[in-house]
Amino acid sequence: MSVLSNTGGGILKGMRLTFKHLFRPWITVQYPEEKLAMSKRIRGNQVIWVKETCIACLACARACPVKAINMEVSRGEDRKLKVDHMSIDFGLCIFCGLCVESCPTKNAIYMGCGYETTTYRCTNVEKAEGQSFSECRCRELILTGDELGPSETRVLSGYDRPDAAEKLPLQTLLINKKGYFER
Amino acid sequence: MSDFWIHLLVYLVILFGFVIVSVLIFIWLERRLIGRFQLRPGPNRAGPFGLLQPIADAIKVLIKEDIIPSEADKGVFWLAPLVAFVPVMLMFAAIPFADGVMLVDLNIGILYILAVSSVTVIGIFMAGWSSNSKYSLLGAMRTIAQEVSYEIPLVLSILGVVMLTGSLSMNEIVKAQDVPFILLQPLGFFVYLSAAMAEVNRTPFDLLEAESEIIAGFHTEYSGMKFGLFYLMEYAEVLAVSAIATTLFLGGWQGPLLHPVFWFIAKVLLVFMFIIWVRATLPRLRIDQVMAFGWKFLLPLSLANLVITAFEILIAPDINTAVLIGINIAVMFGLILLFSRFYKLGGGRVSIK
Repeated sequence: MSVLSNTGGGILKGMRLTFKHLFRPWITVQYPEEKLAMSKRIRGNQVIWVKETCIACLACARACPVKAINMEVSRGEDRKLKVDHMSIDFGLCIFCGLCVESCPTKNAIYMGCGYETTTYRCTNVEKAEGQSFSECRCRELILTGDELGPSETRVLSGYDRPDAAEKLPLQTLLINKKGYFER
Repeated sequence: MSDFWIHLLVYLVILFGFVIVSVLIFIWLERRLIGRFQLRPGPNRAGPFGLLQPIADAIKVLIKEDIIPSEADKGVFWLAPLVAFVPVMLMFAAIPFADGVMLVDLNIGILYILAVSSVTVIGIFMAGWSSNSKYSLLGAMRTIAQEVSYEIPLVLSILGVVMLTGSLSMNEIVKAQDVPFILLQPLGFFVYLSAAMAEVNRTPFDLLEAESEIIAGFHTEYSGMKFGLFYLMEYAEVLAVSAIATTLFLGGWQGPLLHPVFWFIAKVLLVFMFIIWVRATLPRLRIDQVMAFGWKFLLPLSLANLVITAFEILIAPDINTAVLIGINIAVMFGLILLFSRFYKLGGGRVSIK
């Protein structure tokens, strides 16, 4: 044991370390202004349905464990199945991705990258006979038809869709933030 | 007669303004700096650089519901924040902002400040006792144990300065500092700052509000403006401690070129930032560690400092200042190393039958 051990040297060492920290860039992400790129295979709070490629096979509706997908199909005059009505209740959806995995076309239904689905208002859908209050659905969360399609805010996620993943940017990790591990 | 009243009124307004504004700035500075120490930006939403954050906090505290526990001793519960806060305000009466710029130039200035600052403990104990809550009471008991113990090294470390100056007046002490006393009394400054941080319950010694053990200590049951007053009291105490450290050890308002008030405030901020730095570094101590540090480490150190100062004054009054500074710093490191060698926890006997 040297003369200097156990004489408060640890405190000085710690003080030096915290002083160095003072001049490091912070690692906080200032959320609404700054956003991290999420994983390419994110299961966000969106399910995106592409009307044009859908073959109306109802596989997704059957795969859904919570019966959130409401799809009505009928045979057209050319004997092909077409979708009459498609709506997904995101109040019910658990974002498990089973509908995406079950789709035989592999390009008709996708998970979305978005995770900001907060709404300011929630209007209840009329209560049916014998339905309890908690079973009432929120109108803002039920998306129908074209609302389900891809748009600027509804970006296709690479979940179970490698071709969609290729178009997405790399995920930001704090490790990649410059200047944090240096110095 | 009328001059006296005008002087009193003007200084009361200045002191209140100074304390309130400084506390707001201190809260902002502390939160920003602690943020930077922990690699986060700190509050930056309210106003530019988050400057309005303390004001937002103050408004929040002011409009909060004021809850009094039903089993509380209501009279004492009401009085406690006042008894804790008023002495802290009184301390500023004898602190010089510039040459003679103070409410009263008491010839026993530092003694008065020490005497008044001790009264705060009573307010804290009133709060802890009247809240009728075990957490409050435990926090208050810890405070008393801690503050009464640390008062002794605190006073002894200040005595060194008083011996050098030969005066208890704060203004005289500043005037006597051709060389800041931190150089002539490095050991005294070390002991003073450690003991003062324990006195005002800053982080390594903030046992009375150890969140993980006793929620918030003595002000657990307080809310609204009464809590705000305690909060104000804590920061005002830190301000007072920084101001006393500045006055006694760092040359007070003395400084070249710029206005004395500027130097005073700059030095106070410097001491405060050092305290934040320590807070950002050191974890909270255990109660036995705090008591042992006070009684077994700081007290003998401050006594040794007193003896050494007396020797320097009596035996070598005409020694060259530079040599004296060198000797003092060497003696400080030597003594700290020596006392750390012999410092150990426990040693007393505790038997539980």
